[in-house]
Amino acid sequence: MTSHNQEEINTNLKIFIAEIIKQDRPDSHLITVLHKAQELNGYLSREIMDLVSQEMNIPTSTIWGVATFYHYFKLNPVGKYNISVCMGTACYVKGGSEVLTAVKEELGIEIGQTTEDLLFSLHEARCIGACGLAPVAMINDKIYGELTPKKIIDIINNLKKEDESKQIP
Amino acid sequence: MEKQKFTDRFSTVFADQNFFKKQKRIALKNCGLIDPENIDDYIFANGYTALATVLSEMTPEDVIKSVKDSGLRGRGGAGFPTGIKWESTAKQVNDEKFVVCNADEGDPGAFMDRSVIEGDPHAIVEGMAIGAYAIGAKKGVVYLRAEYPLAIKRLQKAIEDARKANFLGKNILGSSFSFDMEIRLGAGAFVCGEETALMNSIEGKRGMPRTRPPFPSVSGLFDKPTLLNNVETWANISSIIVNGAEWFSSIGVGKSKGTKVFALAGKITNTGLAEIPMGMTLREIIYDVGGGIPNGKKFKAVQTGGPSGGCLTESMLDTTIDYESLTKAGSIMGSGGMIVIDEDACMVNIAKFFLEFTQSESCGKCVPCREGIKRMLEILTRITDGEGQTGDIEKLEELGNMIKKASLCGLGQSAPNPVLSTIKNFREEYEDHVNNKRCKCVVCEKLITYTINDKCIGCSACRRSCPVGAIAGLPKEKHTIHEDLCIKCGKCFRSCKFHAIDKTSIAKEQK
Repeated sequence: MTSHNQEEINTNLKIFIAEIIKQDRPDSHLITVLHKAQELNGYLSREIMDLVSQEMNIPTSTIWGVATFYHYFKLNPVGKYNISVCMGTACYVKGGSEVLTAVKEELGIEIGQTTEDLLFSLHEARCIGACGLAPVAMINDKIYGELTPKKIIDIINNLKKEDESKQIP
Repeated sequence: MEKQKFTDRFSTVFADQNFFKKQKRIALKNCGLIDPENIDDYIFANGYTALATVLSEMTPEDVIKSVKDSGLRGRGGAGFPTGIKWESTAKQVNDEKFVVCNADEGDPGAFMDRSVIEGDPHAIVEGMAIGAYAIGAKKGVVYLRAEYPLAIKRLQKAIEDARKANFLGKNILGSSFSFDMEIRLGAGAFVCGEETALMNSIEGKRGMPRTRPPFPSVSGLFDKPTLLNNVETWANISSIIVNGAEWFSSIGVGKSKGTKVFALAGKITNTGLAEIPMGMTLREIIYDVGGGIPNGKKFKAVQTGGPSGGCLTESMLDTTIDYESLTKAGSIMGSGGMIVIDEDACMVNIAKFFLEFTQSESCGKCVPCREGIKRMLEILTRITDGEGQTGDIEKLEELGNMIKKASLCGLGQSAPNPVLSTIKNFREEYEDHVNNKRCKCVVCEKLITYTINDKCIGCSACRRSCPVGAIAGLPKEKHTIHEDLCIKCGKCFRSCKFHAIDKTSIAKEQK
């Protein structure tokens, strides 16, 4: 990420916060702000939390406490494709753990890690409410249903190919 | 006349299907039938009639009486009578009150709240506006999971459209009543489905539960009197006002009135949402509505109520679905997740799965939940790893009962349920794991023995995949697995294209 880019992110976040703290009980909007920060920055870095702290007048320690409490907030950079394999009950009963194992073996990473090329991250999802399609995985905002170990590997390989073809001018 | 036709369309189109024939739709009445992003569609389907009636003809007391008489109970799990909650919040004298919708649907395997918001978002807006009128609140908050992007988008649009049409905002429909609402996003913490933790989260804090009393009706969100109901509860309100309390209370059985939406999932032919009148039996919902177990497998158990619920066996299939009967049978109504488990599943492993979930979701505030569940999980892991000791099952029961009694919030109070109910109903499986080191269903990895059968053509795929070199064999000859070296990772099983590797679990001699 270039510093120019970071500056733009910071400016956008500051504008967002300035708007939101005009409302009643400004502190209560902390989680909304962290959502926005993660959306802009990809994850919650120490620097981003410091910035939120200054703009909202909340200690960074408090923000850290909130950010670490919720699974949704990522404290480390995530890959371009964020794979969340659902391990909710319905998916688990229908073989979600086999899908998860297949992803781990294919990418050589564990839950919460990112591949070295920053292309893929792996997470375990709690339940994304698509139990009718179990087992499912969510890659960024898209849901893939009725998975098998083979299907998810095919999907990963397709994404790899897609990414390669984009990089060749 | 036209409106009548519209609402009847559901049954005429789908009546021939058993899946629909046995259902009665109140909370889901519009889902799939109207365009959720078009307010006119909702109005055409009788929408906002209830709000208009309430504002023009009813006093807040009338509304509360109607909800009380209907017998509606909280659909989020605990089943507290909704009318009584409304009444006690209305009684509080305060310049500021809140209505809150709990849309933090965290139970894995339940997705009715998502469907209601995605399919009929105005029903929530209307229900909450009526609730606000009844208790005297001016502000509403929907606490919605961040994992549901489509639901967020549609509810946001519904709120904006309702504002434009003056169903929200100042002097709604020309009355003196003003009310507005907003969405606050969750961030993936299961415990935030607990009402007091949810309110902490809306306040921008760590979502940890508070001690009760004071109850939210006295001191809730921002320490103000707060009326908090689940999505499905709110979705029932407009129908009760339009059709009357008597109509609603005529549906259902005993102290459980109306309908409940269940999310059928797991090993069942028809997966999906089914809204059924209370009083139907589990057998009817699994076999008639759900179409039974696929692939000719045998039914083993049904898990209701998510990680807080219990597993019920075949002998309990004639239990009727209502709050009291399910509790008596050893499970709970919960938010309506219904996971069907067939003979392939190991109950000890299922219990461990639920406990892993609650253990990692425990917020850590109170000791019984934080430490107790961890210890229970350690014992269960030991059992599934083949290192179970005599007395482990009793220890699980003792710990479980203690955690249930001593925990601060609903998460801890119900977390041991999956373990306790499986011990009660499937004790022999636990004993098999502990005493014989055997998993009859061949699920628990450490208790599995891998062997190569005669289908082996000697392709060496398994030998190459084995990380510890436990497989030997010459090319084109049958391979063998050295059991003492095997770490039971299962890689060979997955690599074999010829079904030549068998998984078995054999009883070990007792020491």
